Amino acid sequence: MVDKKENIAEKTSKVDIDVQDNVIEVRNLQKSFGDNHVLRDISLNLRRGENIVILGKSGIGKSVLIKCIVRLIYPDAGVVKVLDHSIPDLDDDELNELRKKVGYLFQGGALYDSMTVRENLAFPVRRTLISKNKNEVERMVREVLENVGLEEAIDKFPAELSGGMKKRIGLARTLILKPEIILYDEPTTGLDPVTSKEISELLLDIQTKYKTSSIIITHDIKCARMTANRIMVLRDGLFVAEGTYDELKQSDDKEVRAYFK
Amino acid sequence: MKIQKKINEFLPLPEWLEEYFIELAELTHFTGTVFRQILKRPFENKELLRQAYEAGYKSLPLVGITGFILGLVLTLQSRPVLVEFGAEAWLPGMVSVSIIREIGPVITALIFAGKVGSSIGAELGSMRVTEQIDAMEVSGTNPVKFIVVTRVLATTFMLPILVFFADAISLYGSYMAVNINSRVSLSLFFNQAFDSLSYFDIIPATIKTVFFGFAIGIIGCFKGYFSNSGTEGVGRAANSAVVTASLVIFVIDLIAVQIAELFSNLNSVF
Repeated sequence: MVDKKENIAEKTSKVDIDVQDNVIEVRNLQKSFGDNHVLRDISLNLRRGENIVILGKSGIGKSVLIKCIVRLIYPDAGVVKVLDHSIPDLDDDELNELRKKVGYLFQGGALYDSMTVRENLAFPVRRTLISKNKNEVERMVREVLENVGLEEAIDKFPAELSGGMKKRIGLARTLILKPEIILYDEPTTGLDPVTSKEISELLLDIQTKYKTSSIIITHDIKCARMTANRIMVLRDGLFVAEGTYDELKQSDDKEVRAYFK
Repeated sequence: MKIQKKINEFLPLPEWLEEYFIELAELTHFTGTVFRQILKRPFENKELLRQAYEAGYKSLPLVGITGFILGLVLTLQSRPVLVEFGAEAWLPGMVSVSIIREIGPVITALIFAGKVGSSIGAELGSMRVTEQIDAMEVSGTNPVKFIVVTRVLATTFMLPILVFFADAISLYGSYMAVNINSRVSLSLFFNQAFDSLSYFDIIPATIKTVFFGFAIGIIGCFKGYFSNSGTEGVGRAANSAVVTASLVIFVIDLIAVQIAELFSNLNSVF
């Protein structure tokens, strides 16, 4: 057990972060649903090459935040900039162009039920017209499948895959467009500890290999420990704590410390 | 929410009526979005063909069986009355007018709404709940164009074809029913059936099926696309798609009959 903990501790994010270059900039973001003020005043900067983990209770608005970043939800107020583009001000064509550079891993994978894994992966490539060449698309599909270690699943339908496999294929579909930024919505939720660790390691490999910058939403503290360069804690629509894993573990705030037990 | 506030400012309404108008406004806006996307390139021909196959070809057996039974039963039920008045020879004509003008299009549309409308509502509802629609959007694909436009066009084009098919099978069922009690050749039966029909029977009936098909597609897509509340929402979307589409079919039918009547009167005046 002790050995395992040491192993986890060994593999953590060790990449160069460009502190001058913000790929995502959020300032004073607000979002309400009726009388429920989910995000009151949110500000964060994601630097190039960095992994930020956002911790917080369920239903606190973590997913709403990253949905505002890709404009799946319109913010009520505030500034959201991705790669220097103001997201609320973009027209649909400009937004679609920008979205090619921003990957999004959904909680359940969000694979298209009616398509095989091959078709799921080829879909964004064909749609964004990166390549229409059949052989080229096939090569790209096989390459990302190899990177997530699931080459054998190429002809399977999502219904035939386990939860962990779905997450990996979802990740492969995100990676196929080679995004600069990836937003992960609870990448390890619902998985057993072994698979969770594998997925966390995969996130680290992706950060190193693809040089991505990421926001990771998770409840899984082991995943946070492995993947985070910086952790932010969301409570009552505000970020109440920010720092490295070790810093927040020693936080004066009892509720913040509770996440690290 | 903004629409709701505006309505409240000008006209305070009971909650259910307010919800009805809001949904109607949202459906109108959704329909406008769909029309804009229909005309925009690139066209989703491959997906459109797939949806046409799903909605049209896979409905053939159900529509065929229903049509056959419909023609058979209508003839068997009508025959005794016509025999009583010594007008048995009018049977093919009467049945063909009933089927082509009214029963064929309406019954086929209702069956189509039950089979395809519910399936569209459930499928899109499930895609919404499992975030597949969001996934499509963030990968740079317009989900309205890819998912909705193709389904709406498929139902719009496929229903008139299915109605022609159902009408033909229905008349054949009627021919079989006539032959239970007497001997009539197929050519004589169809000659008598078509002699009773005019363009004013066939054209309005065909045009209204285009509207039926469009209504089934757009309502199924609207209910599914905006469904929520997890799996319960998916069931509600499927159910609501069928109920609303069935009601709208009758409303369109009512309007179509009035318009066809108007044109028929104008034609007789000139």
